[in-house]
Parts: sequence; structure tokens; C-alpha cells
Amino acid sequence: MSDGAGGAALDLAAVFGQLSLVSIGGINAVLPELQRQVVDRHGWMTDGDFAALFALAQAAPGPNMLISTLIGWHVAGPRGALTATAALVGPCALLTWLVAGAWHRFRDRPWRLLVQSGLNPVTAGLVIAAAIVLSDSTAVSTGHMALTAAAAAILSTTRLHPLWVLGAGAALGAAAVL
Amino acid sequence: MLEGSPLRPPPTVAELFWGFLSIGVIGFGGVLPWARRMMVEQRRWLTPAEFTDLLGLCQFLPGPNIVNLSVALGSRFRGVPGAVAALVGLISLPMLIVISLGTVYAAYSDHPVVARGATGLAAAASGLVVATALKIAAPLRGRWMGLAIAGAVIMAIAFLHLPLVPTMLVMVPASILLHRFAR
Repeated sequence: MSDGAGGAALDLAAVFGQLSLVSIGGINAVLPELQRQVVDRHGWMTDGDFAALFALAQAAPGPNMLISTLIGWHVAGPRGALTATAALVGPCALLTWLVAGAWHRFRDRPWRLLVQSGLNPVTAGLVIAAAIVLSDSTAVSTGHMALTAAAAAILSTTRLHPLWVLGAGAALGAAAVL
Repeated sequence: MLEGSPLRPPPTVAELFWGFLSIGVIGFGGVLPWARRMMVEQRRWLTPAEFTDLLGLCQFLPGPNIVNLSVALGSRFRGVPGAVAALVGLISLPMLIVISLGTVYAAYSDHPVVARGATGLAAAASGLVVATALKIAAPLRGRWMGLAIAGAVIMAIAFLHLPLVPTMLVMVPASILLHRFAR
């Protein structure tokens, strides 16, 4: 851990820059690692804060990688928000820009299909692991655990908009029925 | 729907910016469905097949799919300025909104009702990730090798708490090799 806002910004850039190029399948796939870095390694916030910021990023419009903006803001203000977001988005955007042109030429090559089929189970495993780690950190009571299970069941069996489920969760929590 | 009708002329840099700005702001709970609606059905920048192909690329690359999609689409139509316009359009307003939400939450997080509401919101958000995980894992049903690989990744990350980068450096090549020899 470094001292001062400059040091914190550098730490943020290192954490998010490293995650950018391994986040195959999006931010959900790297949530446990992000939580490990932010809570255990750098001590920037508690597990509860992390879960709350993640929930805010989910409830807000836009891509849910905006948790990087919130964590950066929490750690080092506006400068942290910009640094963390740029570090997460920059490397993968650059890679996409470089690869986008070549993609068409290689789309029928066997090696590309092979790499894709090899990546699929790893991505699935990462997102399931994220679901386990995150659910564990938000299950502060039996009621909360039941809410997570109910939300998962509703969202995977109906076409209900996720925002309704998030709103209902917040209302149930605020009304102290959990 | 308008999916069968002919494509419109390629978007300008400004149109890319405003197009992605609009899906960034309305895209609650995942932007991808809105992106398809805008690009394929409403503005007709891409055919459905082109969209699926581009999405395949973006899922294959690291990073949020929608971020990659904005860069790939912007650069296809208008080079680097197009990519920057699409990306900045996508994330600028949501960044401001999420910071406002975060500031409000920080100011009132000591209030018991807000604090309890946040725990409920967080538990529901976990449910959203569980639902996404189930959807992503569904194609693995009945594929024993894929399930075993996913299981090893889950064990490493969720239970042994191993760091992500070394885990992926082992599991990705292992998975590709296993798929190679399983043919």
C-alpha cells in the first residue's frame, strides 16, 4: 500500500489494469479477485462496503464495470474514479481495437473454434465462483440468503426486468423484514 | 420488426457518440439487449448476422462485452475517432450517475434505513449474478469435461481463494489442450 492520493491512484491503476486483460466474460468473472485485492490486500473497504458498491453499480444504468468508477471514487475521489475506470477499460479496448480487424479473416480457422471451446468452461467457472463469493458476502442473515435465492430464481425463470428485483430487495431491506 | 429492411449508411462519429450515449443511459441491468435493439432494429447499422459475429469477438476478448462492442463497432465504421466516440458515449453519463448514487449512499449510509436498504439491494444483486452464472453455465450441461474444468476453476477461486491471474494461466491452456485431445 502506498501513501497519499498519488500512491493510491497508482495502486488503483495496477489493480484494475491487471484485471482488464484477464476479465474474459466481463467484470463478473473477476469479482472475487477484485474483492480480494480491494478488501484483503489494500484494505480500502470492508466486504460489506464492497457488496454495497457492487449493488449500486448494478442498480445504476450502464455497464456494471462501473464498480471500478465507484471503488476509485471511494479510494481517491474524482482522480481515483477516472484512473480506475481508464485502467479497467483502456487495455481491453486497445486489444479489441487491435484484434477487431483480424477477426473476420480468422473466423473459420479451427484454432479459433478450439480456443473458444476451451475458454467457455473457464468463463462459466469464473462467473459461478463470483456468484458464490458474492452471495456469501451479502448473506448477512437467513432472510438475506433467502432473498438472494428468490431473486436468482425469479430472474432465471421470468423475463422480469432486473431493476424491479433490485428495487424490491432494497425496499425489503429498508423495511427491516429480512 | 425492421430486421429485414436494408441497412442505413454508416454512422458518423457524432452518431456513434449519441447512439452509445442513449444505450448507456437506458441500459439498466446489462446493456447488451439494448445495444442490439439500437444497432440492428432501430438504427440499422448492422444486420443481425453481423451483430452476432461482432458479439462473438467481444465475448472472446477480455473486458466487458459492451465496451468491446463499442470499440469494435466504432473503429469498423470510423477508425480511432469512431472507437473513442462510441466508448466515451457509452460510459460518460453512467459514470456521472453512478458517482452521484455513490455520493448519496456515502452521505446517508449511517442512517439505519439506508444501511438496511443497501444490504437488501446487495443481496438482490447477488441473486442477479447467480442468475447470470446459471445462464452462462447452461450450455455445459451433460459435457463432463467442461463441467470438470468449470468445477476446478470454482474450487480454485471460490474455496481455495487462489489469485485469478495464475489460476487462468494454468486453466486456460489446460482447457484448450483437453479440448484439443478430446476430439
